[in-house]
Amino acid sequence: MNVLGLSPSEWTALLLSLRIAVVATAFALPFGIAIGWLLARTQFWGKAMLDGLVHLPLVLPPVVTGYLLLIAFGRRGPIGGFLYDYFGIVFSFRWTGAALSCGVMGFPLLVRPVRLALEAIDRRLEDAAATLGAGRFLVFLTVTLPLALPGVIAGMMLCFARALGEFGATITFVSNIPGETQTISAAIYTLLQIPGGEAEAARLVVFAIILSFGALLISEWFARRAGMRFQGE
Amino acid sequence: MLAVDVDKRLGAFALNARFQAAGGVTALFGPSGAGKTSIVNMIAGLLTPDRGTIVVDDEALFDAAAGINVPPHRRRIGYVFQEGRLFPHLGVRQNLDYGRRMSGHPRDAEAFERVVSLLDIGHLLDRRPRMLSGGERQRVAIGRVLLMRPRLLLLDEPLASLDAARKREILPYLTRLRDESHVPMVYVSHTAAELRRIATNVVRLDAGRVVACGGLELLDEADAEAVA
Repeated sequence: MNVLGLSPSEWTALLLSLRIAVVATAFALPFGIAIGWLLARTQFWGKAMLDGLVHLPLVLPPVVTGYLLLIAFGRRGPIGGFLYDYFGIVFSFRWTGAALSCGVMGFPLLVRPVRLALEAIDRRLEDAAATLGAGRFLVFLTVTLPLALPGVIAGMMLCFARALGEFGATITFVSNIPGETQTISAAIYTLLQIPGGEAEAARLVVFAIILSFGALLISEWFARRAGMRFQGE
Repeated sequence: MLAVDVDKRLGAFALNARFQAAGGVTALFGPSGAGKTSIVNMIAGLLTPDRGTIVVDDEALFDAAAGINVPPHRRRIGYVFQEGRLFPHLGVRQNLDYGRRMSGHPRDAEAFERVVSLLDIGHLLDRRPRMLSGGERQRVAIGRVLLMRPRLLLLDEPLASLDAARKREILPYLTRLRDESHVPMVYVSHTAAELRRIATNVVRLDAGRVVACGGLELLDEADAEAVA
């Protein structure tokens, strides 16, 4: 049965892509805010190192990132083995692994706007909040984070978009298994390898465009609303 | 009661201040660069002295020798900044409520009404800080500080960013505040005329040192020196 002209397997790929992108962004967010805060507000030994590490997925060939993830998070890798032995969490060849690789690839795009937004905040407002009785964590929650919200939304959006389209690292790390790790990108790639698969691929391409454009519009709307809170009205 | 005895080096500038303030409005008076704002920041806990003590109502807020340094959010000292520093992401009502919420005081509609009418800001409650004039912004900033129920008020040149007409607009509110609230105040300014209207005692500062402590006559001396 075809809904909106998409076959069940295409729907599967579409929904899987969405799920992976949402989960990747949601899990990357708290880490992104924490790292963005560290980079914007603190000085410590090895800060340049951390900064470089965060940006590495941006400059490394995605295949390399995927391979490194495979080594580290594979069932017998140092981190993957630990997570499997103690928590029963498996990443390799699962959709969770796809979410992990998408999150890692999108992470630098999330951190940068968060960091810039935190750097742009008038610290004197935080001082004012402290004299009004707010401890450091409350200052962060009630002043810093709300003022950085447009940057946080922009970062989430970029991370989500990157996760939605990620291909190289994901296919290297978790392969291309229909229903488990085959995202839209992987499905399109697979269809293009089959003689006569272009028509089906074209439909997925259209949906990929709609999905990405929709995400763009929604984030734009949120960013505008957050911006309006500062403008008055 | 406030007792300050602090040393602080800020680059090439050495601050060495020692004074006491009982009730009423104590003016920290002196030219720009005398160290007035630094002293107020140390009382609020935003700047840490190198040495000395700061005591409010017999509680040591800072004592270098004893290793005491109460963080700003536990000092219960209200601070009205030169530029107001209202939170741009909150409306006027939430700004007013912020100090009370963060200090953990229960909602008190009566106190809220009293402060709102004292400062005539009832018609501004649903606005955003951006939509306020400079004078209105300062009145809201004063209200926000009052509602946290401070034991001491610090006002750092609260009129400096306003034009003459706005200054005349705010001053009556400040004198009303002095006469009705019974919270001791430290009022920083370099304008003698302004201080004559509001202050009860004067601490004169120059180049990081306390030159004289006394009554309003110190303002006249400063004028005389300026003329001579």
